[in-house]
Amino acid sequence: MTRYAFPAAAVGAAMLAMPAHAQSVDEKVNQIFANSTGWFVNLIFSNFPGTSFPWIVAWLVIGATVFTLYFGFIQFRAIGHSIALVKGDYSDPNDAGEVSHFQALATALSGTVGLGNIAGVAVAVSIGGPGATFWMILAGLMGMASKFTECTLGVKYRNEYPDGRVSGGPMYYLTKGFAERGLPGGRILAVMFSIFCILGALGGGNMFQANQAHQQIAGIVGAYPGWITGVIFAGVVFAVIVGGLKSIAKVTEKIVPFMGILYVGTALIIIAMNADQIGWAFGQIFEGAFTGLGVAGGMVGALIQGFKRAAFSNEAGVGSAAIAHSAVRTKEPITEGFVSLLEPFIDTVVICTMTALVIIITGQLVAGPDGNYLLNEAGTAIQTVGGTSGVGLTSAAFGSAISWFPYVLAIAVVLFAFSTMISWSYYGLKAWTYLFGEGETKELVFKVIFCIFVVIGAAANLGPVIDFSDAAIFAMAVVNIIGLYFLMPIVKRELDGYLSRLKSGEIKKFE
Amino acid sequence: MSGKFVVGYDGSVSSRRALEFAVERARAQGGTIVLAHVLEWSPYSFLTASELEERHKRRREEMERAEKAITSTVVTELKDSGMPVETVIRYGNTADLLCRIAKEVNAVQIVIGRDGQSAIGARVFGSVAGALVQTAPVPCTIVP
Repeated sequence: MTRYAFPAAAVGAAMLAMPAHAQSVDEKVNQIFANSTGWFVNLIFSNFPGTSFPWIVAWLVIGATVFTLYFGFIQFRAIGHSIALVKGDYSDPNDAGEVSHFQALATALSGTVGLGNIAGVAVAVSIGGPGATFWMILAGLMGMASKFTECTLGVKYRNEYPDGRVSGGPMYYLTKGFAERGLPGGRILAVMFSIFCILGALGGGNMFQANQAHQQIAGIVGAYPGWITGVIFAGVVFAVIVGGLKSIAKVTEKIVPFMGILYVGTALIIIAMNADQIGWAFGQIFEGAFTGLGVAGGMVGALIQGFKRAAFSNEAGVGSAAIAHSAVRTKEPITEGFVSLLEPFIDTVVICTMTALVIIITGQLVAGPDGNYLLNEAGTAIQTVGGTSGVGLTSAAFGSAISWFPYVLAIAVVLFAFSTMISWSYYGLKAWTYLFGEGETKELVFKVIFCIFVVIGAAANLGPVIDFSDAAIFAMAVVNIIGLYFLMPIVKRELDGYLSRLKSGEIKKFE
Repeated sequence: MSGKFVVGYDGSVSSRRALEFAVERARAQGGTIVLAHVLEWSPYSFLTASELEERHKRRREEMERAEKAITSTVVTELKDSGMPVETVIRYGNTADLLCRIAKEVNAVQIVIGRDGQSAIGARVFGSVAGALVQTAPVPCTIVP
């Protein structure tokens, strides 16, 4: 089922409560969209014949594995150096006032940390069982190598304009990198990437976020028409991206990291409160990873859910992060690669794992007397204490330990959604200007379209539209990873050169 | 002895007073003035993607603006009055950078004004004067 091909969309669909008056228009839009784009969604999310394993997940995981092996487990060798770079140990003090490694990383993270970490993980654990966590962590660790590759290229082949602005991303490294290696087709890949990126930005990076934010708000204040949320959100987004109202962005930028820390901190407190269960929880994760513990699909089911969640959450290999990372001030492109590999680590290995642990440790999943998990009536997922799923499950898990936390969580979800929208509006814009050229009017057209889609996303249950835009995000990965395979020798050269200079002491810490 | 007096200058009335104080002392000792202007900046602040893109451009503009604002006013005045002066414009934490600049130019003294924030404000947010008193590598004068 396509529904389960993309769990977050399934959550979205399950959580939607539509205003009755919009139903008919909505159904019509759904129908038209489903008919015209269904083939594309099915193509991207189709399974390997005879299995329920979507090939796109295998594509991302194989890519991550190839990069991990090719760069000799760079994510483990370089992590100490990555942290030193983020701390600014290797930054020239005379470059103060320029974009630091920390800032590039923080901005990229605000684009990826979001609903996937909160709702998506809950779906993975409730369908794949605790064992899904193990595979999710593994895929997150592998994904670090994909990020490393794409972000190094993003910086290396960025455009630096005479007025001092910087623009980078897969569209630039696909074009310039391929040309440099004398390979044909770079331009075609770049154009395809840009088209998918625009669609993904409007869908997964916009409509889906607006939609989920509305669900959260409605969950607290009671049901009301989604277009109201949409118009307010669109107004705020408009003020930020068109009006250049920095103050709103500034406030969000400060609150979002704080929310992230609060989320992880609270999760740690809840885990500490159940300290006696930690051993048991990890036992469940490891046992479940290889046996499935009676979950539908067994070990393979756990593996698919875990891999999927990691890939969908940290966007490693998708190419989006390369756009955000490319603005950093550095003479060595590879340094941003080192920094970017922390991103899947923080997103997946830390934040996603916290969500999973809290759900497991607070006993949200119902087990039978034999220790195996009981399935719900439909047999599609594990029974949960309150019959919850998605954000609801995460919320219930946190709420069972700290009663007021669901409110904080709701605010966090809304803010994460907002920051993800701001980030993706930029990614979409970069792809747009790559295709149509730079210019104020051209950029304004995209920004206005983006704001209109915020309203549409919040107002309606556009399942097929969301499926389509998710498919577009992963289509970005198809194009991007093909490019990365061809360009990885360039990254290797950068890496070897840098490491030897680091060893010889030519590159050293400042102060 | 021709010592250098590092003056923390941001164009405010109090920094102006600090400058006057330093100029008097420098004249008496045959010293010179180093006008330090710090643009408050943290590499750990959070920016949106479009701000990242424009950062390099903005920084250039900010530097130019600061340079112009300072050189067009005080520096010309000082030079006209025969006082040798150099300017340093940097990004970062004001107190840290004043110390760093003082070390770099081998200053004999740091002179700053104070903005007269309340004790509680200084306690919560910290003050440049407070930080300098603790960390300055050379004697430090705070002009009220």
